[in-house]
Amino acid sequence: MTATTYDSADTKARAFPWRTALIEAGITAFIAFMLAITMVGIHLETVQGGLAIATRFADVVVAIILAFVGRIGIVAMREGFPMVVLIGGVAAAALGLLVPPIDIVAAVLQALGGEAPPATPVLQIMQVAGGVILALRAAWLVWRQRGSRESQDERSRSLGDLSARIQGWTGYIGPVAAAFAVALPFLFYDRATIDLATLVLTYIMLAWGLNIIVGLAGLLDLGYVAFYAVGAYSYALLATEFGWSFWICLPLAGLLAATAGLILGFPVLRLRGDYFAIVTLGFGEIIRVVLLNWYEFTGGPDGISSIPRPSFFGFAEFTRSPDEGVTAFHDMFGLEFSGIHRVIFLYYLILVLALFVNFVSVRVRRLPIGRAWEALREDDVACQSLGINRRNIKLAAFMFSAGFGGVAGSFFATRQGFISPESFQFIESAIILAIVVLGGMGSQAGIVLAAVLMIGMPEVFRELEQYRMLAFGALMVIIMVWRPRGLLAHRDPSVRLHPPEGRRRLWSIGGRKAAEPAVSDGAAQ
Amino acid sequence: MALLSISGVHTFYGAIEALKGVDMEVEEGEIVTLIGANGAGKSTLLMTICGNPRAARGSIQFDGRDITTTATNQIIRRGIAQAPEGRRIFPRMTVLENLQMGALSADPAYFEEDLNRVYELFPRLKERQIQRGGTLSGGEQQMLAIGRALMSRPRLLLLDEPSLGLAPMIVKQIFHVVAEINEKQGVTVFLVEQNAFHALRLAHRAYVMVTGEITLTGTGQELLANEEVQAAYLEGGHG
Repeated sequence: MTATTYDSADTKARAFPWRTALIEAGITAFIAFMLAITMVGIHLETVQGGLAIATRFADVVVAIILAFVGRIGIVAMREGFPMVVLIGGVAAAALGLLVPPIDIVAAVLQALGGEAPPATPVLQIMQVAGGVILALRAAWLVWRQRGSRESQDERSRSLGDLSARIQGWTGYIGPVAAAFAVALPFLFYDRATIDLATLVLTYIMLAWGLNIIVGLAGLLDLGYVAFYAVGAYSYALLATEFGWSFWICLPLAGLLAATAGLILGFPVLRLRGDYFAIVTLGFGEIIRVVLLNWYEFTGGPDGISSIPRPSFFGFAEFTRSPDEGVTAFHDMFGLEFSGIHRVIFLYYLILVLALFVNFVSVRVRRLPIGRAWEALREDDVACQSLGINRRNIKLAAFMFSAGFGGVAGSFFATRQGFISPESFQFIESAIILAIVVLGGMGSQAGIVLAAVLMIGMPEVFRELEQYRMLAFGALMVIIMVWRPRGLLAHRDPSVRLHPPEGRRRLWSIGGRKAAEPAVSDGAAQ
Repeated sequence: MALLSISGVHTFYGAIEALKGVDMEVEEGEIVTLIGANGAGKSTLLMTICGNPRAARGSIQFDGRDITTTATNQIIRRGIAQAPEGRRIFPRMTVLENLQMGALSADPAYFEEDLNRVYELFPRLKERQIQRGGTLSGGEQQMLAIGRALMSRPRLLLLDEPSLGLAPMIVKQIFHVVAEINEKQGVTVFLVEQNAFHALRLAHRAYVMVTGEITLTGTGQELLANEEVQAAYLEGGHG
């Protein structure tokens, strides 16, 4: 929809454009009908002896009416009648609160001699929420006295400024967020919260890893989960078959995954764009299918169980009664035994690993090789004309990215204690990629925000039960409408003209000191 | 021995023969212009010099050494820089970062010196050094593309249609700077242009290319006076 601008003097004289409004509302109602007839209208019910199809057509009717009225509200707002919308929205919300819309339909149906349908609460929620949103938006317009002047462009610009400003604060936000992360287990001393935080951090680490290849180098990798799997299986197999310690396996898993990245990187070097994405997608699946079918080696669909938990850096174990000659963690520090110690330890472990990935990414971005990744994303051909060895640069991006994925994978294996190919489905790659894209490609802080939303929100919405994913989907749509290039899409230059005190001058960062070794790496044949 | 000598070069895009045996030379210190219509193969020749696409037959010598099969990034290191067609600056990087990218294959010890030299040639770039490349005007982007190419300390600068899509005033300015780069800094320039009038006035020598072959050669002045050239490339406008 293009937002048209009108002078406020103009608006008063204007008649409401019923024709446009009705046409638009009609189209919207039709779309709502198409969506609702299958998604809402028909559902499966368990009956004796199997499943049966049940219908909820009354709900469909309500959904269509709501969509129709809502669209008229949007049109009215756009055409400069915010006051009407404000009143209407409040009225709709209030009505929805008092009388569930389905009851009205039921009453009508009964009057016509039909049956009363079973009631669902979601339409009521929709009506109230829709009314409130419309009313708030209208109130905002009335308050601004600007009618519909704020166009999409202006809005995205002001949001862009905001995100740029937020990124400007990253110098302060970063340490504050890190401090919060460090303090978290003591602020919320319960297992569920720490577990959720650990999960979010795992995804942050994965997304930071993927960000190197997708966000910086601009290569759309749809099979990132393959490296996660390689890391997880590396640790699981080394630990269960040879009894190697977690602390030896952790870097080893990273190296093995990086090697896998190198091997997978070679064949796709010549590919670009969509083709690259499709091939990496295929590789992700190949790894999973191999894990699933190579029974003697990986255990196939049974997976690998009883993967050893990490020790306290080899000094102590997190068990109540350790084996002969092994110290227990709670004895070592004179604490009462509690299962949460290990949970907290794992949380700090992933926090350190994630921060390490962040540290490396931020550092590497300032080196010529990191700059070359970004240049590769910006313009492949120009890179070549500048004498950048694209092959080595791409392979390096692959290896860094895969290596971090592998480390995250071995953490995952030790935390779960059990892995199977089930954990490495394509959807995992998709979630990690979604975090990178939502965060704003290449933005470290954006990824944290997006990971918290993507992983945290479904947990928060858990109370909505079966509408959980609906709310989650709506949130994603809203983000993509308002911030199509990601939450924090503003790219921070890697060199500043007036660096904060204590930092080296820009020439020495990019040009003189750092340039030499990495450049010769990049060009080595 | 010429700085760059191309002999009998054939280049193919699949089955299409884009260059049909090109011979030409660029002497040290010259400005050489190649003019020709759309699709004549001018850009293909520049790209072939840089090794992508490769010449299927013939040889390319730079500074007495054969570079026909040398890797692109090695060719650039030997002292050839290209400001590619359509400028192709990095839009989300700042001007300074763009220039740094150009210096990647040069000796880092000269970075500041080179940077200052580019800023002297294009004071506009210095004013805008913290601005993103994508926010520059077309002319400024072209300056940046040339500046970026100069940051690798080339002996031979390949310019692919620097006047493309620019206002006449800006074109004049750009060509003026190209002359300055050649005269004051001793960089040999090989210029591919459709804007024949300006390019020929600037060039010491020039070649005309038609469908993958060199059809005419001479000094810039000679070609400007040539009737065929006037009819085909100078008709109507002195851009």
